[in-house]
Amino acid sequence: MIMGERVKLTRPEGFFETFDRRPGAVKKNMHYCPGCGHGILHKLIAEALADFGILDRTTLISPVGCSVFAYYYFDCFGVQVPHGRSAAAATGLVRANRGSVVIGYQGDGDLAAIGFNNFIQAANRGENYCVFFVNNAIYGMTGGQMAPTSLIGQKTTTSPYGRSEINEGYPLKVSEMVAQLQAPVYVERVSLTSTRNIMKARQAVRKAIKNNIEKKGFSLVEVLSGCPVNLKMNTKQMDEFIDTRMTDYFPLGVYKDESAERQTITYPTPVFDAEKVREALYPDKIGEGVADDYRCGSAIFDRELRIKIAGFGGQGVLSLGLILAAMGKQRNFNVSWLPSYGPEMRGGTANCAIIVNRGTIGSPIVDSNCDLLLILNKPSLEKYLPELGENGVLFYDSSTIEEAPAVKPGQMLFDLNASDIAEAFGNLKCANAVVLGALSAILKARFLDERDAADIDQLVPDALRECFHGKEKIVNMNIEAYRLGQQKMSEKLTD
Amino acid sequence: MSEKVKKSHRCDIISDECKGCARCVNACPKQVLEMGTKLNFMGVPFAVYKGEGCIGCGACFYNCPEPGAITIIEITADERP
Repeated sequence: MIMGERVKLTRPEGFFETFDRRPGAVKKNMHYCPGCGHGILHKLIAEALADFGILDRTTLISPVGCSVFAYYYFDCFGVQVPHGRSAAAATGLVRANRGSVVIGYQGDGDLAAIGFNNFIQAANRGENYCVFFVNNAIYGMTGGQMAPTSLIGQKTTTSPYGRSEINEGYPLKVSEMVAQLQAPVYVERVSLTSTRNIMKARQAVRKAIKNNIEKKGFSLVEVLSGCPVNLKMNTKQMDEFIDTRMTDYFPLGVYKDESAERQTITYPTPVFDAEKVREALYPDKIGEGVADDYRCGSAIFDRELRIKIAGFGGQGVLSLGLILAAMGKQRNFNVSWLPSYGPEMRGGTANCAIIVNRGTIGSPIVDSNCDLLLILNKPSLEKYLPELGENGVLFYDSSTIEEAPAVKPGQMLFDLNASDIAEAFGNLKCANAVVLGALSAILKARFLDERDAADIDQLVPDALRECFHGKEKIVNMNIEAYRLGQQKMSEKLTD
Repeated sequence: MSEKVKKSHRCDIISDECKGCARCVNACPKQVLEMGTKLNFMGVPFAVYKGEGCIGCGACFYNCPEPGAITIIEITADERP
């Protein structure tokens, strides 16, 4: 008599042999509670991935929820995404690589609550990936709170008297909703209660993955699964709860299946033309530029410069900030520009903070130790003068602020009637360029070395071109206003 | 002398990978599995195979939430001379 042995069913090859990513001593088991449905569904997916031979081109997206660590287990690519953003990540993954297989694994909190809009939009677009939606009618990981899918009357930690349709509404029927959409190819609800149901779920999992491989579009498999711990039941009671109470409200079955009729979707070939990308991002070459190792030599640039510009909305406060930031950027500084507006846009104060630093910039907020304060109206002066640093420089528009503000010893004060000059020039909107001219005159006279002083008149037009690119008329007008402001301020400084 | 190829099955359970949820015990159509009384290294009682009667249907394997706790072995006894 000859005896032979063959392994008929064992640990699927879609899993790692040992779960080395899992911390702790247990390396062969998953982290789920005893009797949890996740393990069963994981097994069905792992088996299918191995059987189809697609482990090397599959990405499984782990959600937030109990299955957050799904990437510990599957021997394919894994991404763990923020709560509910599975569909967004899946869209990127499938679009970037049309040959890939993408699986969104989501729970009822992740899919039906926080991520529902992401999910339903991806389904409606018919993104070519499949979603396994684990519906256990409760929030498992966080300790049994009410989920969008909790049943009417179901007691949870956040619905201690039972879910009431008047207070919390009805449980969300996700499969039914998705089946109403045009794009999805396959929608089925299965459960994991008995061997018969598990084998049905196995077929559904395989069909959804197959649709993904054959590029037929979006598939959803909703899986009614148990959470014995939070439902406070043993596995037998839990299966009974699913088979009676849950399937009563969430009937099992195929809600939509066009897998056979649908053709493989042909996607347009994306164009990656480096020249076209460059053109889109950087339409014109702006100015002569400087070499990467160019450094401005003036002493004021040896440390971080914190600038705040404030005035009322419409004075060009924000664009003046952008121009300053562009100047810094074009001379190899790191810069940040943080605008602040809102209700103040109409008549109140608008401001922006600019930080210029050779090194790394931390917070982009300037609310103290300000090195340069450019103030264009009176309310801003009152509001922001306290933020001026010990040796800070204050410049204000004397056409709107008649009385010179009191500054502390060590602080420097400059002013010019910029708005009046701009009005006389013919365009009040150029007041910010006049201020910029005045600022350059102050910098040249007091703060810049010879090379930087000569450089600034070249730099300002370049920065203006960057900020208003394509609008040569506006650029030229602003350059003129800039020169005017510079001239007036120089005259004032030499007086 | 019978000239037959006889097939039988066996269910191997790795005790340290079992969490004792008893899904396999409930699922087995032949009731050849039972919950044991010993504890494994995680400290839970684990399911055990009674030793005979397995028909290799795979119900326990697919009901088990653990990846590799259960393995189904097909045994071939070739009784031909």
